[in-house]
Amino acid sequence: MAHVQDIEIRDSAARTALAADELQDAQGEKMVLNMGPSHPATHGVLRIVLELDGEVITKADPDIGYLHRGDEKIAENMTYTQFIPYTDRLDYLAPLASNVAYALAVEKLLGIHDKLPPRCQYIRVMCCELARISAHLLGLGAFAMDTGAVTVFLLTFTEREKIYDLAEAASGARLTTSYTRIGGLARDVPPTWCDQVRKFLQEFEVSLAESETLLTRNRIWVDRLRDLGVISKEMAIDYALSGPNLRGSGVEYDLRKAQPYLCYKDLQFDVPVGSVGDCYDRYLVRMEEMRQSMRILYQCLEKIPGGGANAAKEPVCIPDGKITLPSKLKVLSSMEELIHQFMLVTEGVNCPPGEIYFGHENPKGELGFYIHSKGGGTPYRMKIRAPSFVNLSILGELLPGCMISDVPVVLGSLDFVMGESDR
Amino acid sequence: MSATESAQKIQAKFGDLVSAPSEFRGEISVRLADAEKIFDVCSFAKTQLGFDYLVDISSVDQYGEDPRWTVVYHLRGLGHGQELRVSTQVSEEKSELPSVFAVWRTANWHEREIYDMMGIRFTGHPDLRRILMWEGYPYFPLRKDFPLAGKPTDLPGVAFTQPAPLEGGPFVTVAGGKDSIDREPRVRNPET
Repeated sequence: MAHVQDIEIRDSAARTALAADELQDAQGEKMVLNMGPSHPATHGVLRIVLELDGEVITKADPDIGYLHRGDEKIAENMTYTQFIPYTDRLDYLAPLASNVAYALAVEKLLGIHDKLPPRCQYIRVMCCELARISAHLLGLGAFAMDTGAVTVFLLTFTEREKIYDLAEAASGARLTTSYTRIGGLARDVPPTWCDQVRKFLQEFEVSLAESETLLTRNRIWVDRLRDLGVISKEMAIDYALSGPNLRGSGVEYDLRKAQPYLCYKDLQFDVPVGSVGDCYDRYLVRMEEMRQSMRILYQCLEKIPGGGANAAKEPVCIPDGKITLPSKLKVLSSMEELIHQFMLVTEGVNCPPGEIYFGHENPKGELGFYIHSKGGGTPYRMKIRAPSFVNLSILGELLPGCMISDVPVVLGSLDFVMGESDR
Repeated sequence: MSATESAQKIQAKFGDLVSAPSEFRGEISVRLADAEKIFDVCSFAKTQLGFDYLVDISSVDQYGEDPRWTVVYHLRGLGHGQELRVSTQVSEEKSELPSVFAVWRTANWHEREIYDMMGIRFTGHPDLRRILMWEGYPYFPLRKDFPLAGKPTDLPGVAFTQPAPLEGGPFVTVAGGKDSIDREPRVRNPET
């Protein structure tokens, strides 16, 4: 029995139309996907509106501001000293470094930034470098976890815990340190602090090597990071990236070397740079920066004036009653100190009129303060140049072309923190 | 070549429009009299003088003065390590100056932020939207006449503002008060 089947043969015009339809379908409709603001890989409250073609990103629009608190407005309404606690909350992964950056900016306005007592400078440098290690450890741990390597996160958080203990021993608080004052420090470090730092460094060296064995030559890690999110040298400069993201692209620029502040010019350290500018380079730069921070810390422990216990009673504040608070004992027994204390507490440090910009090499990049003063104890305008804000602005150009599963890797390698981006 | 010499070169090129370089705490600043020329000055500084890195753009509200806005550019050359501050003034009626996005792409977000916070517009900016506040927010919060406590907005479901904990003080000090009674922290009622 013959089987009859109808076959539909379209004419050529219909065939062309059908083929065009199929082609359209293969290219796909663009889909808009909302990522964040509450997404584990966006490390805070970054929202990215992604336009997708299949799994490939064709357009990315970062949307920030979910953590905007108006820090710059707040700064205009209080004295310079009162703003110090707000700097803890800028880069809340490295509050000690932000404290130092802010204090140095106000001291630059006062013209006393190079007259700080040596012991104060060394303690501040140690705080900055501990904060750098702490911030890089979080960046590394979260980066590795987003990529699927959860073990590293546990290792780095064990070490971060010890840094928090050190911050607590020095300042009394683990996160909200507010350790600096205009013209010095809130207090000297406790006598055993330097030994604690040394002990931490010895343990940290082992742990860092362990993290590195888990990642640096790990095939999966390298395959995921290599040649992804490549930022060329020109692009990095054009977008004014700073910190490890700039250096990962091969630009050797570190404010600690370019414009040495505190006692950095007396300390030996190298500035690591990448060659390709991909995620893997940025990872390597951060790893090496932690090593260099350790090197700096060891030198500080050797050189710190007064030694660990400070038996010689080296000062940690500028001995100027118009800038730093006098000792409580003198306030209660001497008229002049009482007046100084009263004026400082009620009116703040009297700054001259003028405008300054101070850029500080924070873990995330260049944290800058532009202070426009009309004299008196409060800034007329204070602009915070947040490294994360500037570093994130490159996302719109960096993400298109990536797969959607690459987004957490690129974000992790940029290592931003929304507290300072949104201010 | 020092930053002062670079500033003098800008002055030589643009003549009376650019003030003589002034120095404060080791930083060199120049003032540009005509804000419309800011693009030309910036592109000259980048292409001829090697200022390839725009650190920051900030704005100052000189409330009660004319011109009201000051826009401040921080330039840096990574090659020679010089830094230069260029500031220019814009009147409140105009509230507009050319964008430098075409010179440095990092200007994109800085200019959006200034528009968002102060309401100064940048002509030639590719995408001048609010950045920190939400789209449709009616005020410019960094202006000096905007109260610290914020203002209520009528955007149901998007955001609400209630009096901030700091409203009225007690630790609200005023910069530039004529005597210490004016300056010291007191209870102050924000103007509504």
